Amino acid sequence: MAKLVAVIASTHHPFYYRASTTIGKDRPAFADEWVRKVEAFRETLTKARPDLLVMVGSDHFHQLWLDNMPQFLVGKAPFYDANFENEHREFGLPRMFMKGQEDLSAYVLRQGLDAGFDLAFSNEMRIDHSITCPIITLRPQNDLPIVPIYTNIFAPPLPRPYRFVQLGRLIRQLIESWPADKRVAVIGTGHLSLELGGPRQFGPHGPDPEFDQKAIKWIATGDIERCLDEVTLDSLHAPGNATHGFMDFMLMMGVAGEGQKANYVDTYDLFHTMEAYFTWYPTGIVK
Amino acid sequence: MSKYLLNKFLFTVDRDADLLERYRADPAEFVNYWEKTYANRILNCLESERSTWQKLDDKEREALVNRDYVALFGLGAHPFLTLTLFIGMFERDYPEPLSFQLEYAARLKHFNLPYPDIET
Repeated sequence: MAKLVAVIASTHHPFYYRASTTIGKDRPAFADEWVRKVEAFRETLTKARPDLLVMVGSDHFHQLWLDNMPQFLVGKAPFYDANFENEHREFGLPRMFMKGQEDLSAYVLRQGLDAGFDLAFSNEMRIDHSITCPIITLRPQNDLPIVPIYTNIFAPPLPRPYRFVQLGRLIRQLIESWPADKRVAVIGTGHLSLELGGPRQFGPHGPDPEFDQKAIKWIATGDIERCLDEVTLDSLHAPGNATHGFMDFMLMMGVAGEGQKANYVDTYDLFHTMEAYFTWYPTGIVK
Repeated sequence: MSKYLLNKFLFTVDRDADLLERYRADPAEFVNYWEKTYANRILNCLESERSTWQKLDDKEREALVNRDYVALFGLGAHPFLTLTLFIGMFERDYPEPLSFQLEYAARLKHFNLPYPDIET
């Protein structure tokens, strides 16, 4: 059976690539510390020696559109091109190319459907920055095949938070029952409090630092129960109009498991949003 | 009122550098062109299989012609789409990083929670 060797939950900040690669007088003051934190976080994945990555993210109206919008979608393709022209324009993100782990995609789809999750699929998917950002931060050599899984945190009506947790639990079960001698890491990215296109955007901190502190505690301690008690589709409007991306963190808490304390926690308070990085080692701490 | 069609405008223009520049250069002419050419196009269907019923209302058309992101926010257009398209059009005119985005936030200051509903 496959081994789940690391579970990683992270914010995805599309400005990291540009901030970390800019040199000279245009390099932002916060870049060096940010790079240091990201490199330390990267080490938590490297140490787990994964053979492949299951990547959870959310399309930002790049390929998926309102005439045909899936709630949860699994990519099943041998390859994935990545990043879009408007992401290059706004964030300077480069075009990328990734291999797919198509047999695990097929397994997740078949077994997921049979377990009661009506997952949509795509045989030709162009990946956006919700998945390329963590490749850039955590695996910049981009040498591992992936299974991309998209969630809808973006275009209401959205699934409720508990469905994200349930999907996370299912993803874990499916990886652990996959009959392959492979080391699998799951990496999912979302947001803490975030406002985009609204009056609270691009402030000196995230729009709701109090929510951020609570959210970090829920994630770091694996407190799914309290998180589900407090977080609803309605409540997520209050911390910022793009905070529904927090549900991808809830999905990752589902993968990690109830009460599972993260083995690695780090945060970085940036303008606009709080960065947050978490790693769990389900099969024990990796030395 | 169709938030969907407003979003379709923002989506199709934001992803296409040529359309974005045409909207920047002459918004009235462009919105007219877009409504005739794109409003009824189903993006994953052939041109001959267009819809027959999509139409902007006067308020929506006016907000797009005036490139009025405050009005678009009030109409429930998706804020991410509006933001990225307008950054693409206007950030270049501002000398300091983030100054366009901060002006954008300030112009929306009179909106309190709950914000206009964006569900389509």
